[in-house]
Amino acid sequence: MKKLPAVATLATAALLALAGCAEPPAPQAPQPSTSESAGGSGDGAAAFKACMVSDSGGFDDKSFNQTSYKGLTDAVAELGIESNEVQSSTNADFAPNVEAMVADGCNIIVTVGFLLDDATTAAAEANPDIDFAIVDSNPEGSADLDNLKPLLFNTAESSFLAGYLAAGMTKTGTVGTFGGLQIPTVTIFMDGFAQGVAHHNETKGTDVQVIGWSSENQDGQFVPGDDPFQNIAGGKQTADTLVSQGADILFPVAGPAGEGALQAAQSSGGNVNAIWVDTDGCVSAEQYCPQLISSVYKAMDLAVADAIRASYDDEFSNEPYVGTLENDGTGLAPFNEFEDDVPAELKAELEQLRTDITSGTIQIESAAQPK
Amino acid sequence: MVSELLGWVLRRLGRWVPWRDVLITALAFVLAFLVGAVLMIVSDPAVVGQYAYLFTAPQLPLGASWEKVSSAYAALVAGSVGGWVPLTETTAQAAPLICAGLGVGLAFRAGLFNIGAQGQAVVGAMAAAWVGFSWHLPPGIHLVVAVTFGMLAGAVWGGIAGVLKARAGAHEVIVTIMLNYIATGLLAFALTTTAFQRPGRADPISPVVDWNATMPRLEGSRLHLGFVLALAAAVLVWFLMERSVAGFTIKSVGLNPHAARTAGMSVSSSTVLAMLIAGALAGLAGVQAALGPNVSGTPTPLSGGLVGSIGFDAITVALLGRSRPLGTVLAGLLFGGLHAGGLAMQSQAQTSAELTTVLQALIVLFVAAPALVTTVVPFLKARRAPLTGTTPTGGLSS
Repeated sequence: MKKLPAVATLATAALLALAGCAEPPAPQAPQPSTSESAGGSGDGAAAFKACMVSDSGGFDDKSFNQTSYKGLTDAVAELGIESNEVQSSTNADFAPNVEAMVADGCNIIVTVGFLLDDATTAAAEANPDIDFAIVDSNPEGSADLDNLKPLLFNTAESSFLAGYLAAGMTKTGTVGTFGGLQIPTVTIFMDGFAQGVAHHNETKGTDVQVIGWSSENQDGQFVPGDDPFQNIAGGKQTADTLVSQGADILFPVAGPAGEGALQAAQSSGGNVNAIWVDTDGCVSAEQYCPQLISSVYKAMDLAVADAIRASYDDEFSNEPYVGTLENDGTGLAPFNEFEDDVPAELKAELEQLRTDITSGTIQIESAAQPK
Repeated sequence: MVSELLGWVLRRLGRWVPWRDVLITALAFVLAFLVGAVLMIVSDPAVVGQYAYLFTAPQLPLGASWEKVSSAYAALVAGSVGGWVPLTETTAQAAPLICAGLGVGLAFRAGLFNIGAQGQAVVGAMAAAWVGFSWHLPPGIHLVVAVTFGMLAGAVWGGIAGVLKARAGAHEVIVTIMLNYIATGLLAFALTTTAFQRPGRADPISPVVDWNATMPRLEGSRLHLGFVLALAAAVLVWFLMERSVAGFTIKSVGLNPHAARTAGMSVSSSTVLAMLIAGALAGLAGVQAALGPNVSGTPTPLSGGLVGSIGFDAITVALLGRSRPLGTVLAGLLFGGLHAGGLAMQSQAQTSAELTTVLQALIVLFVAAPALVTTVVPFLKARRAPLTGTTPTGGLSS
């Protein structure tokens, strides 16, 4: 027994000796900047810095922080710029973190979520030379600040399509939805979904019920617990309740907790399916793709990358970006494995709806819509 | 040889107790930093990749490792104690932890395991913020009223657990945990009502607290009244526990309730009193979160995560501080410094937030376990002799 440590040491040393013998690469000569992006001037590239501050969800939240962060990394890869980012662990960290990014010499600072409103507005006021963009929020007074751009998404439009799709696909005549928290960025999806179902009932004479959200009462089903967005078990519990009430298509608007609905669908033996949100579920939650009819995507990564590119090209404006069906800032993802199951007629109707919403023929009512 | 010498030195110093404690604490930091350094190196693929050249060009891996580790620790020091503003950032982060830690520590000494500092801080923050933004009182008075309401709310929340324990025999652990849930739910609900929600907003966020109710601060720094209140609270708690009859009763009940009852002390009233005070102190922590000015000069508005995990960190702070006021203040400062420095590690040295948290936990772990340090140090010394042939960083290669 006593020899064991010695043997382990010897093995480690041998491994080390083998692993440590590679030839280092020759010292690199400074490379001519041929790979520079065509977008900007050559020497501006090295100096430009894009930065991001998360809310307390962190950049690995599989939700809006992560998608926004992808926008930053995409912009860095595309433009060859520098970046820096900091995650907040509590709300009290927001202001110091935004300050830290200002002190770090960032040219544009993207903050994620309405909770960072006040910290972002204050920093934008104090630093007129730095561009700011805030995801999912339109802070009061941002119109008066030349350097603060709200990035908003009218996901009611795309969720309307999802509701119509669900109403057209349900076999039980009942579809269900639930949210993570009763906040506008969640309920906007649920409003659109419920109204899409209602529109299907109106135009096609069906009687599909929506459970889990009432657009009139602005109340519905939410994941329980302290940290609902991370509570996958709670999401499954909520989804099971909806299924036991007869829902065969689920529309979870709860970030990672929505995975609970996908688990419920997966264990239903094909009776229950789901429509995912924020990203194409067949990409972000691949193992559940057989249960996903479609997804409502919210292109936060594109919006963030666009804002950074605009700042880099000196074309930044404080005009709010609103992602809509028209500019593809939000929409329905492909049907993926349901491509052959969705009737061609329904697909055509969805195309028509998309045109009608874009042209304003169909109006969606949601208090949560960006104005 | 070296180990014997060090052992002799340790034994010699051991006779003079404070120096030994200081040395062990310092070694705890060194050990935590060493483990943290290893984690930092192995978690960065770019640095690990350099270890392929360990023998052919040792300056590459060692230089990259040094660069990585030294910049991270430099940021940690710079962000927590590296100047006047970082120092005040540390005090601002520490103040609520000290208050809540005092509350948890006081309850410990009364024989109560108060897990409810979180809920007490949440209701304290709610009450203080509500007074702060919905009432409009003259300067001075407004702040006093807001702080008082916050502490009263915390005291009530703690008192519920105390009364249930004293009258109904309900265990304070389960009661305070449930009260935490209720407080969190209450805050989430309140933020959807017109009384708390910012006018014109659909998001669950409150208006900004009035300037009159904001804790005054030294301009250009993060040092505000909250830290002074925290120190004052520590002195008061010391006085209460060491110099007053009530404190003596609380301690006696905590040490042995049966003996205390036999000696004519009222166990139930002592329990209720301890939980009331503990709740008020945790409420004061919430008040600081609600009324303490942020970098911009105004307090962070009330929202779901405003109190963060102060109430839970406070349990660690109290345990680390051995439930004594001075210890709690020092432990609170350590935590505050680690938090402030951790933010700097992220923003200045690009250390991931997770790694920062792990490092903080490592430091607390080693500081809290002096026996571990004394065990590990001679062990390392003894192990190093047969290993002289290889480099000490050998285990880092992958």
